[in-house]
Amino acid sequence: MTVLNILVLVCLLYVVLLFTVAFGADRAARMGRVRWLRSPVVYTLSLSIYCTAWTFYGAVGFAARSGLEFVTIYLGPTLVMIGWWWTLRRLVRVGRSQRITSIADLISSRYGKSNLLAVLVTVLAVIATTPYIALQLQSVTLSFAAFAETDPTATTLPDMQSTALLVAAGLALFTILFGTRNLDANERHHGVVMAIAMEAVVKLCALLAVGVFVVWGLGGGVGATLERIEASAIARFDVSAGRWVGLTMLSAMAFLCLPRMFQVMVVENEDEDHLRTAGWAFPGYLMLMSLFVLPIAAVGLDVLPAGANPDLFVLTLPLGEGRDGLAILSFLGGFSSATSMVIVAAIALSTMVSNHVVMPIWLHYSGGAAMVSGDVRHVALMARRISIAGMLFLGYVYFRISGGGTALAAIGLISFVGVAQFLPALMGGLFWRGATRTGALAGLCVGSAIWLYCLFLPSFGASVFMSEAMRTTGPWGIGWLRPYALFGAEGMDPVLHALMWSLLWNAGAFLLGSLLSFPQPLERLQGAQFVNVFDHSATPGGWSGGMAKSEDLLIMAQRIMGAREAQALFSAAAARQGVAGYLPEPSPDFLQELERELAGSVGAATAHAMIAQIVGGAAVSVRDLMAVADETAQIMEYSSQLEAKSQELARTARQLRQANETLTQISVQKDGFLSQISHELRTPMTSIRAFSEILRDTGDLSPEEQTKYAAIIHDETVRLTRLLDDLLDLSVLENGQVNLNVQSGTLEALLDRAVRAAGGEGEHFIIRRDREAEQVALSTDLDRLAQVFINIISNARKYCDADPAALSIRVTVSGDDLVVDFVDNGSGIPTDKHAVIFEKFSRIGETKAGGAGLGLAICREIMARLGGDVSYLPGQAGAAFRVSLPRAAQMAAQKAPGLAKS
Amino acid sequence: MGKKVLLIEDEPNIIEAVSFILSRDGWEVKTHSNGHDAMEAVRRRAPDIVILDVMLPGKSGFDILGEIRADPEFAGVPVLMLTARGQTRDREMAERAGASRYMTKPFSNADVLDAVRALAGA
Repeated sequence: MTVLNILVLVCLLYVVLLFTVAFGADRAARMGRVRWLRSPVVYTLSLSIYCTAWTFYGAVGFAARSGLEFVTIYLGPTLVMIGWWWTLRRLVRVGRSQRITSIADLISSRYGKSNLLAVLVTVLAVIATTPYIALQLQSVTLSFAAFAETDPTATTLPDMQSTALLVAAGLALFTILFGTRNLDANERHHGVVMAIAMEAVVKLCALLAVGVFVVWGLGGGVGATLERIEASAIARFDVSAGRWVGLTMLSAMAFLCLPRMFQVMVVENEDEDHLRTAGWAFPGYLMLMSLFVLPIAAVGLDVLPAGANPDLFVLTLPLGEGRDGLAILSFLGGFSSATSMVIVAAIALSTMVSNHVVMPIWLHYSGGAAMVSGDVRHVALMARRISIAGMLFLGYVYFRISGGGTALAAIGLISFVGVAQFLPALMGGLFWRGATRTGALAGLCVGSAIWLYCLFLPSFGASVFMSEAMRTTGPWGIGWLRPYALFGAEGMDPVLHALMWSLLWNAGAFLLGSLLSFPQPLERLQGAQFVNVFDHSATPGGWSGGMAKSEDLLIMAQRIMGAREAQALFSAAAARQGVAGYLPEPSPDFLQELERELAGSVGAATAHAMIAQIVGGAAVSVRDLMAVADETAQIMEYSSQLEAKSQELARTARQLRQANETLTQISVQKDGFLSQISHELRTPMTSIRAFSEILRDTGDLSPEEQTKYAAIIHDETVRLTRLLDDLLDLSVLENGQVNLNVQSGTLEALLDRAVRAAGGEGEHFIIRRDREAEQVALSTDLDRLAQVFINIISNARKYCDADPAALSIRVTVSGDDLVVDFVDNGSGIPTDKHAVIFEKFSRIGETKAGGAGLGLAICREIMARLGGDVSYLPGQAGAAFRVSLPRAAQMAAQKAPGLAKS
Repeated sequence: MGKKVLLIEDEPNIIEAVSFILSRDGWEVKTHSNGHDAMEAVRRRAPDIVILDVMLPGKSGFDILGEIRADPEFAGVPVLMLTARGQTRDREMAERAGASRYMTKPFSNADVLDAVRALAGA
């Protein structure tokens, strides 16, 4: 086997290992074993995606070209981690309390949940990150090529383009598999984070191993190596103080603003305290990464022939010495650096693109309403998956167009300056309450325009986007507009030149725009929440839910979060408010909580817009207040607090009224109980008495008439008996004197029996079941449970007004409960009846379908005896009943042997 | 004889029984089985006597009785009310609403016949 073949094999094995680690971590997280996944060490290691292939290979190249300057790239983040610890903590706190999904989401959320800002940040981030992804692809292909060159048996050189395409496709697959498992971008991607942490270890080990080899294997020990460094060109480089400070600042800014860093540092953060560990551990990691950069550069320059690409010294040094094993390890280190960066960057950017570009457009064109039926989760997930593939494809296209010529470090710095444009809006938003949306927009626009003009576009080389003449003499010959010498600032380094002008103008426009414009109420509230995040994490909300309909909110939430999560959230909120069922009072607190939950899935701006659609112009009243009284922010917040208080009083009054109404309703029902029993008994007795008198007194009845009348008497007697049975059953159940007859069986068999007893399916009545999900072993009173199922199925058969009526029976295991939902496609039960349908003698509608209205009351009593519950499930397509049974009533949910999938 | 009775009742078996008893006695029996459009049925059939159940789907017998009494053309039509609840409160309500006679289910066939005859003769 040739080295190249081994390399490919090792590569494949490594990828398999990555998948296994990610899969294992995801699985462990799902099974609740998350303690070790949540350790601060994993968090610190995940931060190491800062060290991309650029750092792994490029730092040595950087050192070989410009001496000690490479240290700036490590110095910036180190200063941030140690000196700006409190800023990071604030960032993480804000990110967690507002359920921020990306840096675009954070900036948009701070400035009044403006989607325009989010779109701007997203576009800029995509532009700045694409070259960076291309850079990673390039580093992998270059290192492959380095191997191929030394391999004498390789007859054909591997095609660089196809290697890059393969790598891009593989990374897209991995990211889609592990990065888009759940919609809630705020949920942790345990698999991805774990894989990245492992890659962090691999790349560090690889670099250290190469370093040790170079110092002791090639350099002849520490002393000799130091002498070599002293003698090499590296020591003679003149480090300009300006460039040193500038690059350090630049890397510090980029560390805060890079979308991928934001993703691992804020979005994936489990615990604020992890920052404490990362505060010293991450600089330590960076120090180890940079430890051997200088020796490798010096020895490489010494040993390898002149003209060898210094960016690949880490690889070519061991290769040149015939240390294939070490070279492969070093290759894996570079591979790790490249893949981990691409994966996280793709996740971060796809979240931004889908939340701020695709979802708003989709919501707008799908009728603009949050109320359309159907699940939007698949739309959001699909958008995210397509964006991931799109990002990697863009990176590949950039790689092809640029031809992979530029030195690695140059592309990295260009990207850094691009994302640094977020800094004024980001920091201003965190520390200055006066910062406004207008200011942020102005700063971002001006800054990114200058960056594009002075650095990004010229970087493509002469006459791609910018003619040579334009570069040397300026557009239309205007000298002070030359991209590398703006406003006559000649002789500056292009990166520093662009950094200085873009940030100066960005910050200037931001300050001026903020001072000159007046913030919207929502901006003020959000500003207060961000700036004073440590004083009050909960502040007066902007929502007043007087007009909101909880059921509409539930329907919307179900579509975005999934039915089970939404129902859990709503019923928990309802329980906290002391309301039974699934529909809590739409209090400001609840609406704010709901908005944050939704923001975790679709971003703050979209979530805000969706709730606003249902709740109506709640924020408007605050704005009116503001317009009338030109007050300070504090007074405004105070008055909005007062407003919230008075709304709360109104709500309490409404709750009291509701409670009173329910009591009255129940008392009326109690009053009517005797009269109901009387009616239900007397009606069949009337027919019996009348027909028996007819049979007795009429002499000339035909035999057919006699039979018919006797049959009526018989049927009415049966009806009477059934009624008495039901009444006795209910009374026994209510008095708790019932003996349970516990048997074992499967849910499937029980449902079969119930469907049969309820009359089975027919032309006008279809039952949809999922037999696989029904393979649950039960150990409970099966007869009683069947009675409940039969009742619910017959009700659907009798009352569902669709044709054909279709009843879906869905089985899920939710937490500690086995849940069986019966959902039909009819028009459902009106909200005001939900509370009374389980009462005795309550019949929905006036139609007499033969029942006495005791069925559901009996069902409720039975389920209470079995330790479960039966309830009406609002917000479904039609009428929906949920039967839940505690897990104890199943036999550990094990599949019944021999019954699985027949 | 040959007078017209309109029976407003929703239990099919009771309809059958009352129809049998009355038609054997020579009455022309029309039936109607819900509350919504009971008043239209009264106008259309123009009966000599109305037999009215209290609990009907769509509208209560008391309401229908009110409508009949409010219509000048039918204000004088005798109405026999049937109820399965048999509480004194119902009887009072029926009398206040203008029922001519009031009977509690189950009734004997002979009593119904007597009541109808008496009302028709009145």
